[in-house]
Amino acid sequence: MTDTANPPTAAMGGRRAITWRRRWAAARQVWRTFARSRSGLVGLGILVLIVVLALLAPVLSDAAQLDVTQATGARMAAPSGQDWLGTDESGRSVLVLLWWGSRISLLVGFAAAALCVGIGTVVGLLAAHFGRWVAAILLRVTDFFLVLPSLVLAVALSAALHAGTGTVILAIGLTSWPVTARLVRAQTLTVETRPYIERARALGGGHWHVVLRHVLPAVLPLVLANTTLNVANAIIAESTLAFLGVGDLSSTSWGEMLHAAWTNGAVTAGAWWYLLPPGLAIVVVVLAFTLCGRALESVLTPALRGGGRR
Amino acid sequence: MTDALASAEGGLDALTGQGSRGSSGTLRFVAVKLGGAVISLVLVIVLGFFLFRVLPGDPVTTMTRGQPVGARQLAQLRTQLGLDKPLIVQFGQYLWGVLHGDFGTSFTYSQPVWTLVRQALWPTVLLVGTSTILAAALGLWLGSRSAWRRESTMDRTTTGVALTLWSVPQFWLGLILLMVFGVGVGPIPGIFPVQGMVSVDTPSGFFPQALDIAHHMVLPCITLIAAFYAQYLLVMRSSLLEEMHADYLNTARAKGLTDDQVRRRHAVPNALLPTVTLIFLNLGLVVNGAVTVETVFSWPGLGLLLYRALGVPDLPLLQGTFITLAGAVVVMNLIAELLYRVLDPRVRTS
Amino acid sequence: MSETPLLEFRGVGIDYVTHRGVVPAVRGVDLTVDAGETLGLAGESGCGKSTLALSVLRLLPATAKVSGQVLLDGADVRELNWGQLRAVRWAGASVVFQGAMHALNPVQRISDQIAEPILIHGGRPAGGVSARVSELLDRVGLPKGRSRAYPHELSGGQRQRVMIAMALACEPRLIIADEPTTALDVMVQAQVLDLLAELVAEARVGLMMISHDLSVLARTCQRLAVMYAGRIVEHGPAAQVVRAPVHPYSAALAGAFPTIGDVASRLAPRGLPGDPPDPADLPSGCPFHPRCPKMRDECTEVDVALRVAGPDRDAACVLVDAPGVSR
Repeated sequence: MTDTANPPTAAMGGRRAITWRRRWAAARQVWRTFARSRSGLVGLGILVLIVVLALLAPVLSDAAQLDVTQATGARMAAPSGQDWLGTDESGRSVLVLLWWGSRISLLVGFAAAALCVGIGTVVGLLAAHFGRWVAAILLRVTDFFLVLPSLVLAVALSAALHAGTGTVILAIGLTSWPVTARLVRAQTLTVETRPYIERARALGGGHWHVVLRHVLPAVLPLVLANTTLNVANAIIAESTLAFLGVGDLSSTSWGEMLHAAWTNGAVTAGAWWYLLPPGLAIVVVVLAFTLCGRALESVLTPALRGGGRR
Repeated sequence: MTDALASAEGGLDALTGQGSRGSSGTLRFVAVKLGGAVISLVLVIVLGFFLFRVLPGDPVTTMTRGQPVGARQLAQLRTQLGLDKPLIVQFGQYLWGVLHGDFGTSFTYSQPVWTLVRQALWPTVLLVGTSTILAAALGLWLGSRSAWRRESTMDRTTTGVALTLWSVPQFWLGLILLMVFGVGVGPIPGIFPVQGMVSVDTPSGFFPQALDIAHHMVLPCITLIAAFYAQYLLVMRSSLLEEMHADYLNTARAKGLTDDQVRRRHAVPNALLPTVTLIFLNLGLVVNGAVTVETVFSWPGLGLLLYRALGVPDLPLLQGTFITLAGAVVVMNLIAELLYRVLDPRVRTS
Repeated sequence: MSETPLLEFRGVGIDYVTHRGVVPAVRGVDLTVDAGETLGLAGESGCGKSTLALSVLRLLPATAKVSGQVLLDGADVRELNWGQLRAVRWAGASVVFQGAMHALNPVQRISDQIAEPILIHGGRPAGGVSARVSELLDRVGLPKGRSRAYPHELSGGQRQRVMIAMALACEPRLIIADEPTTALDVMVQAQVLDLLAELVAEARVGLMMISHDLSVLARTCQRLAVMYAGRIVEHGPAAQVVRAPVHPYSAALAGAFPTIGDVASRLAPRGLPGDPPDPADLPSGCPFHPRCPKMRDECTEVDVALRVAGPDRDAACVLVDAPGVSR
């Protein structure tokens, strides 16, 4: 870090400003390294585009087009000049469904990832910071959930609770945190051996102070990279749950579209225009998140960068 | 859920992180692992009870949702399922049943759950086993080549394809394969069966039957392989990359081995151990894949059973399949951890 | 001296091509090892000694560019094709690597690792490969029962013995020992060195030993070459170089390790201030001048080539005022 960036906070003066300046410089450094990864940039570009499109759906199109009773097209019609991607079993435009579906898919993806990362971070931090029996119990539980077939568990949860988008988010979030927990724990253990943590303790910093002010900021970048990968997982998980029929049938997501296509015989009818777009959309979004996450990860773990020693 | 690559690495961590430095010997190691597995199994059983008896509130209402059932029938069903007793008694009965292989009676099939599960077990083992072996072989082979020629066109292509396939929801890939090669699209005729494991009109006898099963298995197998080889590839690649600069590879080169021999005899065996054990650790993910793929192709295994039970919902059947699948994964993991101990000389004697 | 030397470096230069540009690691080295002769190569880490040694078997990473000639038995190893090179590796010259913990494959039994080069080079030893392995282990003083051990089950000294046994496996004419005793404690170091010297003398094998420790080299080698910043700065019979070094750098290196039995040297260990120069950014003139206790004005400008400094001795220093004969 040779050139010092001039963040807006520099004028504040004092120790806080120094801290922020350092963080700002570190963030810029991360961004510069990230920008060097072409696949990471491509992924980020796609994501921004799709998120913006999803947010703009109510502005640019009419939700009434989703209403089955107001559908104008023919039943499962092939793509035409009017409906570019054809129609579904009720005559609605697949393109419109796809557009609106992105909202639920992304919402569930982000919310479930946030839940999962939240649980994982708390469990990981606690397991690393407090040793002995707290760690022993938490690790045992983490390992248990790690090996459990998460889809089966999520299916069971959604079946037991009443259907709805919230249930789906809960089911995904509650079953996918162990990986994050392990990651955070490993990173926390590394961070806690650093001298400044010991100094903070020696100066009388309590558990909360040390964890929140010193450990968490150091662990956070890795958590962020992990979150992007988790969103990708959650989107796939949502589509899988929807496909198995445990999602919220009244809302339109990419998974629900595929579920509807399947149960309405799109496969036998050869209605590729109904089957391909939602799947491809999932693939593109998931791939974009994965590319971003991998690029971030390689930025944050310098060991993976470059050709190794020598 | 198709947990991403991170889970693979996390699993690896779980494996190498603990127990490997125990100096107190193998016996202690085995005892600890065995104890852990027993605790996990108990947790699975408790979770099974909690999920399907406690969480739904009144299971009978849940199961008969949307069906015209009289109050008397409901009460009868409650008695049949033992729901009229206090929760603790219910748990005792449940525990006693599970320990004796009695998972109750299926609500939809009116058959013992265990009978249904047993019938569905071997199709799943056949499908999952075959595709795991093929996916692992493919992934390990491609991964080791990829790492050895890091940053080459071959590496980039292989990793790119793997990452893309990794991002594909399995059921969707299954649907597309089913549409193209099962039903047939345009000029492509459907050359593979669209559902089930055996056709009704197949003559009896070992070979015709085996051939027919293989024919039915092609598409589900390809779907599962496409979904799973990627992580084996990526893990093999990264663990081989870690070995790439190891000094013993230079020794091997100095000895006059060819590049290929250095890779096969020295680099791969060192990178292989963690990867092979990972195959077992990932069985949880494989089970996830089996559920969706069996559903798409109507493969008569545990996954399809789970899916059918889900639609009702048939809570005793769900409970039985859940316990069986989760229990199987716990047991497989125990085997993997013990196997790791046997296979890696570094861990074995330390 | 009329016969072809076993190993000869002729004007060898080795550059590493890095993202920072071309970094010269070895600059114009001439050196010979005759059959059955033992040569020590001394210098601090980063002076290019290991790079030079590994160039003999072309074991350098692809980023290293070698110029000049590296002649093994008169043939330039740089011109060998892959097949010929593989044939020369281990059978013509073998290596005892530093840090045997990492230089041995952790998941292979040591007997298999020793047997491997024998099998590769098509050796059909009398009594079979396993008998040959036992014989080799016996020669380096490892108990027979240890042949099925894995590297991590052995002590550091035992592992280094395995490396030596492995180096002897194909009866090479030259052994290159790259810091063979660095990680070992002093007692074990002495044992391993004595063993190496003994085996080398017994089999009349040429030895090129690399170390930063002059006392180690003096104990084992007949001749010594001292390297600094990619060049040979002093060269001569081992005992003379250690006892009466000509180049100030050799003197500092000799002083850095107390001579056993010499009370004065133990009481006044002389180190060397400063760090070795960055090969990418060498000082002008004599590269040693910033650290040299006897620096003169001209040292910042004149880079001296090796000069004759006595019978069978050379040094690259302005202080050597031999009658201006430079080689």
